[in-house]
Amino acid sequence: MNQAYKILVVDDDPYILMSLEFLMRKNGFEVIIARNGTETLELLEENIPDVVLLDIMMPDVDGYAICKHIKSSVKHKECKVVFVSAKSKEADIQKGYDLGAELYITKPFSNKDIVNKITALLD
Amino acid sequence: MSNSIIIICSLLYLLILFGVAYYAEHQLKKGKSIINNAYVYALSLCVYCTAWTYYGSVGRATTNGISFLTIYIGPTIMAALFFPVLRKIIRITKAQRINSIADFISTRYGKNASLAAVVSVFCIIGVLPYIALQLKAIAISFDILTKNAISGHNFFSDNTLYFTVFLTVFIIIFGTRSVDATEKHEGLVAAVAFESVIKLVAFLVAGVFVTYGIFNGFNDIFLKANQIDEFKKLFTLSGENANAGWFSGILLSMMAVLFLPRQFQVGVIENVNEEHLKKAVWLFPIYLFVINIFVIPIAFGGKLVFQNMPIDADTFVLALPLHFNKPLLSMLVFLGGFSAATSMIIVETIALSTMVSNNLVMPFLFRQQNFKTSIDKSIRKTILYIRRFSIILILLFAYLYDQYVAQYFSLVSIGLISFAGVAQFAPAIIGGIYWKTASKNGALVGIIVGFFVWFYTLILPSIAQAHLINENIISNGPFNIWWLKPQSLFGLEGFDSITHSLFWSMFFNCTAYFVFSVYSKPIPQEVYQAEIFVDIDKYNLPGSDSIWRGTAYMPDLFSLLENFLGKERANNLIQNYAHRHKIAIDFGSKADPRIVSFSEKILAGVIGSASARIMVSSVTKEEELSLNEVFKILHESQQMIELNKELRKKSIELTKATEQLREANLQLKTMDELKDEFLYTVTHELRTPLTSIRSLTEIVHDNPDLGDEEREKFLGAVVKETERLSHLITKVLNLEKYESGKQKLNLTSFDMNLLVKDLYTSYKLVANEKAINLTITQPNSMLLLHADKDLVQQVLVNLISNAMKFTPEQGKIHLVISDLQNEVQVSIMDTGKGIAKELHELIFDKFFQAKNQTIKKPVGTGLGLAICKKIIEMHGGKIWVESEIEKGACFTFTIPNFEPGNTLIEYNESSI
Repeated sequence: MNQAYKILVVDDDPYILMSLEFLMRKNGFEVIIARNGTETLELLEENIPDVVLLDIMMPDVDGYAICKHIKSSVKHKECKVVFVSAKSKEADIQKGYDLGAELYITKPFSNKDIVNKITALLD
Repeated sequence: MSNSIIIICSLLYLLILFGVAYYAEHQLKKGKSIINNAYVYALSLCVYCTAWTYYGSVGRATTNGISFLTIYIGPTIMAALFFPVLRKIIRITKAQRINSIADFISTRYGKNASLAAVVSVFCIIGVLPYIALQLKAIAISFDILTKNAISGHNFFSDNTLYFTVFLTVFIIIFGTRSVDATEKHEGLVAAVAFESVIKLVAFLVAGVFVTYGIFNGFNDIFLKANQIDEFKKLFTLSGENANAGWFSGILLSMMAVLFLPRQFQVGVIENVNEEHLKKAVWLFPIYLFVINIFVIPIAFGGKLVFQNMPIDADTFVLALPLHFNKPLLSMLVFLGGFSAATSMIIVETIALSTMVSNNLVMPFLFRQQNFKTSIDKSIRKTILYIRRFSIILILLFAYLYDQYVAQYFSLVSIGLISFAGVAQFAPAIIGGIYWKTASKNGALVGIIVGFFVWFYTLILPSIAQAHLINENIISNGPFNIWWLKPQSLFGLEGFDSITHSLFWSMFFNCTAYFVFSVYSKPIPQEVYQAEIFVDIDKYNLPGSDSIWRGTAYMPDLFSLLENFLGKERANNLIQNYAHRHKIAIDFGSKADPRIVSFSEKILAGVIGSASARIMVSSVTKEEELSLNEVFKILHESQQMIELNKELRKKSIELTKATEQLREANLQLKTMDELKDEFLYTVTHELRTPLTSIRSLTEIVHDNPDLGDEEREKFLGAVVKETERLSHLITKVLNLEKYESGKQKLNLTSFDMNLLVKDLYTSYKLVANEKAINLTITQPNSMLLLHADKDLVQQVLVNLISNAMKFTPEQGKIHLVISDLQNEVQVSIMDTGKGIAKELHELIFDKFFQAKNQTIKKPVGTGLGLAICKKIIEMHGGKIWVESEIEKGACFTFTIPNFEPGNTLIEYNESSI
């Protein structure tokens, strides 16, 4: 496990954020968290994460818009985007991939599964 | 202007006409019909305006004043009657495959061949001079243009001859394309419509030139003309017999516009779609109006300009531009008159040639036993040759008439004389389509008598005036019998000759028609046709319109059709017909009676109904039908139609039912979609708490070495999320209960004032904690409400806690209860961030946020307001919000204050 990986976890639900933060830290990531879209955009100004776990439905800026922002920014061109969303319709998932996301994980997820997938993605 | 230039221009014009006709035919081959157009139809009707009107109107205006207008007023009045009269004639013509006015009359009166022949002959007698008049007009205008004194009629230097030959070729090419005379003459009609445009434009240009080029507008001309006494007289309606003259002129032209062979041709035979009448009803009169605007100015202008010159007023239109040295304009005016003349000649000749070939030549041939037995495939060529030959003959006679006879008659009256001639058909036609008792004998005798009187009172005097017979007949009557004087029959004096003739011819015509109709016994075939003509809409069923009872053999019948139509077409027609009417065809045996009638009708389109009847009976062993049987057949066909109507009604009902079903289905589908969406949203809402519960328990499970503090934090979160989950499920179930109507109201009487007060007290503490200023305004008295207390409380709790959630610290929440006589109203106002206007209704939808948007709702399940709305509606009340962004929101609901046991219960039941 490469501990240099930096992960940004974005979710407006405090408990999901809590569990994802614990999980990622436990698995050796350097974790930063954001509770809404605005915070995310601010953090992206100062940090260059290797991967972003992104919720879609948030009170201010939605996850798709943030993904678009990341994918169009030169600074974050190495950054991988993983959507973690309760939206499970085929069209929603397709939209995520169309915006350039590397992965789309639907809620509820299995801890093992999400960790394995993200690790595989980074290797 | 030199001869050759004019000839070249005229020929060029004729070539353009060829081009137009050819183009129309060409378009038709590509499947586009130019004449299937209301405007073209209306323009083709304007073939009514001939060279006689083009040049003659001005002439008549200078001699008779505004009475020239009568021949335009008549058609204008008739246009108003297009729907009841012309439309009926068109329908009959189409149903019966009629191809000329003679055919129409003979078909109505039992398909009688002699009647067809008589009408045809009279048409030729009445109209041939009229065609000659057009040739004359061309010749005269040509002479004026070339400034020849009337050209010597040297046979080969006569340009009229060349034009006539040219026109003959044109008519033969475009008029005898198909052997079926009911087929439209696409090219000819297009050319005629085109000519109507040309003559209108030319006349208007001439009018504008005279009015504004020579004079200074209408005012100028009228002022100058007013100084001449002779003019004043012309334009007052005080002539001694002005009234009678006007009346007869209008009446004549009303009939002429329908029954002149050319008008019947373009108005009825060439009509593609009766819907076109709708536009023609007003376009045709407008055309007549526009083409007449400049008649009086030109008449005055001519008189003023040529005051002392010997110039015929009939030629003013052309003489004026020529006098002022405008060669181009003169040419245009000449071509306008040329087009008026040619269009008339074209259509009239086509109509007459059909009559000659179908009603005179062919019935004669078919009666010849050896001709009938020798009919084979070449018969189609023969028919076309007969028709072409007729065309040549008609134009030849018109030419000869123009050259050798016309000089003896005054030209001006020829038009009106023709009108009076064809007017003799009016009783037989109008009576024929409205009066069932009208019979063949009545029609035949009426037309013959009418024509005889017409000839005696109008033609004979002209002949006598030309010194061809003894003039004594006119002045003293034949054999010196004074009451037989042609121009004052039975001593009737004081009318002009046309009115006099019209009066007596119509008098005898109508009387004979009536008397013979009433007192003659019709044959069954006549009764049958009468029934079909008068009640065309009742019997408008293809295949029900001929009565054959007898035996015909399919091979005989088919070879007959084959000879006239060609094998392919005959086969197609028969197969289609049999298919449409579900008749099995056996080419080796007897023919179905319907096939026999159908064949007759097809043949009628080619050779006319009378001849068709002769031909079909030659292959059929016919049995005489009794009158009773005719009525039986008619009755059956009527029943068929009623059955058909019934069926149509049923089918309409069925269509409606299907439509309703489809709508219901669609509604179900949308409801289904809504349900799907709801389910999706619910599962989506459930996923969020489930996610953290699963993830957090997995963490606790997978990490036995977790510190106590962390473990407690995680498990505490799990407990909270589980609560949230069950809360959500309860709400969903609740909403489902309300929506499906399973929720019953538990109605009690309680004090609303107290309920709100209690809630206020319990929320006050929470509000204080959040530093929110919660206040209340309420009446002092009790506010009794008969409602479900628990549910009303639920609404209040929901609205107040929402307000608490969205109101920031230091904000205000204000509760207002008011008694509005019939209802109680509660408002909850907050100073939160407000709700955008477009969302004011949406927020009461369940999970409204989830729809098509990814921005999440702030807090709550998204079901609260939907439930509130349901509860309030169940109580018969209303709930709404007033709010603006950043200015807080005010939620208000009302509950009707019903007496216990009142209509509230009913509302609930009916809403379920």
